[in-house]
Amino acid sequence: MNDSSPVPRAAERLAVAAPPPSLLELFIAFATIALCGFGGVLAWSRRMMVEERGWMTPEQFNETYALCSMLPGGNILNFSVIFGSRFRGVPGALVAIAGLLGPPMLLIMIIGTIYAHYGDAPALRRMLTGIASAAAGLMMATVAKMARPLFASRRSMAAPVVAIATFAAIGIVHWPLPLVLAAIIPISIGVAWVRL
Amino acid sequence: MRSDVGTLLTLAGFFAVLSLFSVGGGNSAVPEMHRYAVDVQHWLTDRQFADTFALAQLTPGPNLIIVALVGFHVAGVLGAVVAMLAMCGPTGIAAYYVGRASERFKGKIWHTAVSRGLVPVTIGLTAASATVIATSADYGWTAAAVTAATAIICYFFRINPIWVFAAAAALGVAGIV
Repeated sequence: MNDSSPVPRAAERLAVAAPPPSLLELFIAFATIALCGFGGVLAWSRRMMVEERGWMTPEQFNETYALCSMLPGGNILNFSVIFGSRFRGVPGALVAIAGLLGPPMLLIMIIGTIYAHYGDAPALRRMLTGIASAAAGLMMATVAKMARPLFASRRSMAAPVVAIATFAAIGIVHWPLPLVLAAIIPISIGVAWVRL
Repeated sequence: MRSDVGTLLTLAGFFAVLSLFSVGGGNSAVPEMHRYAVDVQHWLTDRQFADTFALAQLTPGPNLIIVALVGFHVAGVLGAVVAMLAMCGPTGIAAYYVGRASERFKGKIWHTAVSRGLVPVTIGLTAASATVIATSADYGWTAAAVTAATAIICYFFRINPIWVFAAAAALGVAGIV
């Protein structure tokens, strides 16, 4: 990946100074990101990749993350694949994704087993209701932050309309996701294209 | 728990297709997961789905980990692994090839149009996820108050969400929610 990049800027040369991670380092890095990441792993992955290890410059991180959020699937999963393969090819991608998913999967199966046995205990029931309510609130806050630039720019009402239409079709009418996306994505991209 | 081959194939097929439609991260897939697992397949009740979501939020790691818990609930450890592989396999392979080719895409006009066009769709989907959770079972006006308070706190303050979750859990145990 690196050899195909354009002329390195000063900041990128700085990043090259950090030695490329070994497979073990990749695994440890992504396992750490996963296990620290309560309520989203974005902040933790940036801290690890850019600030602590110096494996990426801030610009490289932004560009790679933007690419990952454009692709279908979990952003951070795509990130781990692209990052791992950039340094260590296919084994690097596999090791990074194993680090990211292995420990949380182990944990959640333990939690799931506990739930299967005690899920009907009143105290646990009430606790989960509390957390689910808070989690819905956290999600709303995230949506509000993401939507701010959309509504702030007076240039176009198209993006807010698309966002609200998607929300209504999925969240209120409960239409199947593939149908809704098949209809709305071409429209949204088309409008964005026309306005470029 | 049904770990027969048919169920595993259904799990794999559903999550593989779902992964291709989850633009903007794992949470955008929650409403479709709810529609299929609760309404179509009856793998979980409304309440169990809300619990699954809460447990996935409690577990550190990518939000997508909810997929493993749904799979685990349906078909045990094998179900968790199959569901997760199906959810990450196709998109992981896509990410691998796109990552390798990304230098060629950069600056292309369609690249910009696609990324800009997907943003509002992602926002709409994430908002829908919040609604699906908020309208699940066991949801009264005190729970709505917790949702509203969390939304306000997390919007205006840079606080680690785990503390808000801890407070909400405590309110729940105390019988207030």
